[in-house]
Amino acid sequence: MIDKFRADAVAALARVPSGATVAVGGFGSSGRPDTLLDALCVCDRRELHVIVNNVGSDFTGIGRLLAEGRIRRLTASFPVLPDFYDEYFAGRVELELIPQGTLAERLRAGGAGIPAFYTPSGAGTMLADGSFPLGYDAGGAVSARMAEREHRDFGGREHVLEYGIVADFALVKANQGDRKGNLRFRLSARNFNPLAAMSGRHTFAEVEHLTGTGELEPDDIHLPGVFVDEVLLASARRAVTAERSS
Amino acid sequence: MTRPAASAAIGGRSRDGIARRLAMDLRDGYVVNLGVGIPLLIPRYLPPGIEVILHAENGVLGLGPPPPPGQEDPDLTDAGKQPATLITGAAIVDSALSFAVVRGGHLDVTVLGALQVSGQGDLANWYVPGRNPAVGGAMDLVAGAREVWAVMEHVDRWGRPKIVTDCTFPLTGRRVVTRVYTDLAVFHLVTGKLRLIECAPGVDQRTVRERTAAPYIDDLDACGAGS
Repeated sequence: MIDKFRADAVAALARVPSGATVAVGGFGSSGRPDTLLDALCVCDRRELHVIVNNVGSDFTGIGRLLAEGRIRRLTASFPVLPDFYDEYFAGRVELELIPQGTLAERLRAGGAGIPAFYTPSGAGTMLADGSFPLGYDAGGAVSARMAEREHRDFGGREHVLEYGIVADFALVKANQGDRKGNLRFRLSARNFNPLAAMSGRHTFAEVEHLTGTGELEPDDIHLPGVFVDEVLLASARRAVTAERSS
Repeated sequence: MTRPAASAAIGGRSRDGIARRLAMDLRDGYVVNLGVGIPLLIPRYLPPGIEVILHAENGVLGLGPPPPPGQEDPDLTDAGKQPATLITGAAIVDSALSFAVVRGGHLDVTVLGALQVSGQGDLANWYVPGRNPAVGGAMDLVAGAREVWAVMEHVDRWGRPKIVTDCTFPLTGRRVVTRVYTDLAVFHLVTGKLRLIECAPGVDQRTVRERTAAPYIDDLDACGAGS
């Protein structure tokens, strides 16, 4: 019998080692799996490569991982939090800056068995020409740059080659889920969650409501449980907070 | 039609005036993505009878106005992470499908603020070197939307032209801009050539010429119209 529900988030997250690559859902704090991120902090994991659209605007969620010095590299489109950039320019965390649509498609592709694809986004820019600083040394000099993208012409337009992302783990949040791992999201909290879930070799989903198996109509399931390995309950939801614009 | 002058010295449109002028060019049924800043002023100036579908990068098709205080929903925000509402008939998608809408040519127009626009339609709007880099969906939007309309002040705070021969700020996309709306004028890019379409009320062609660094074709000369 399949039962992916786990009562203890910290015990579940213990299987994530330091140094792991972790894809995380959410758009700012909307749909962000804070229960799982907090558990990762409690497990004291470090040197993480975190793939997420934003750091957010405060020290909760991804911001907590950052504040506690747990992130080695961030792959994101819009980090936002000023303290993240302090860490980046000081050489304590690397930044792989990716156009938002490319990030979403890289996660989807990785989970869909597509190793790479061409996209027009970013062609001819410093995010594709190998010049963007991936990291700095302690003296403030550029120590590494993002890889130059292979360019190719399709129909007279320049495109760049981008690789699918297969993450060691994925942390996502859904509104409803059942013990088979079937998930249903709510409004714009869906965002990157199904895509991050697809990209993970092992995916944790926190849900606001655990539903009985069969309660979710098959047509109403946004992400089937085949993409989800463990289901946990989200702790109490946060009030809405206005964040800085993207 | 005439708006209060943005600057007593040279006249021209206010930020709201630019938004109102641009709104006149949106067609009924358009699917539109609006960037932050002046573009977000546009919905309030849509002419009667014109319905557009507003797209937000985080997966909303059919964004409505901001919610009244106390009715914010943490599961519903716009691309600026502000509380949002939906219009009747709205749809929600994930981020990959949201950008399939963008890159797949299903957006009629994206309206974006700009640091610089070149005479060939290059756009720089994502990064000022020395500041904190963040790109969001800007590069996808300019690569994918059928039309890219740049909205900006005609000159920067030091009076330097923002319509330039070549962008000095890092590019968001090459040859992507199709129209430019400023406080002083409206330009179209037609087959890679910049053309002055109109001057703002109270602004003459010489004023626009003096404040535009890129060469352009003056369509007002061609058809004998003044400003």
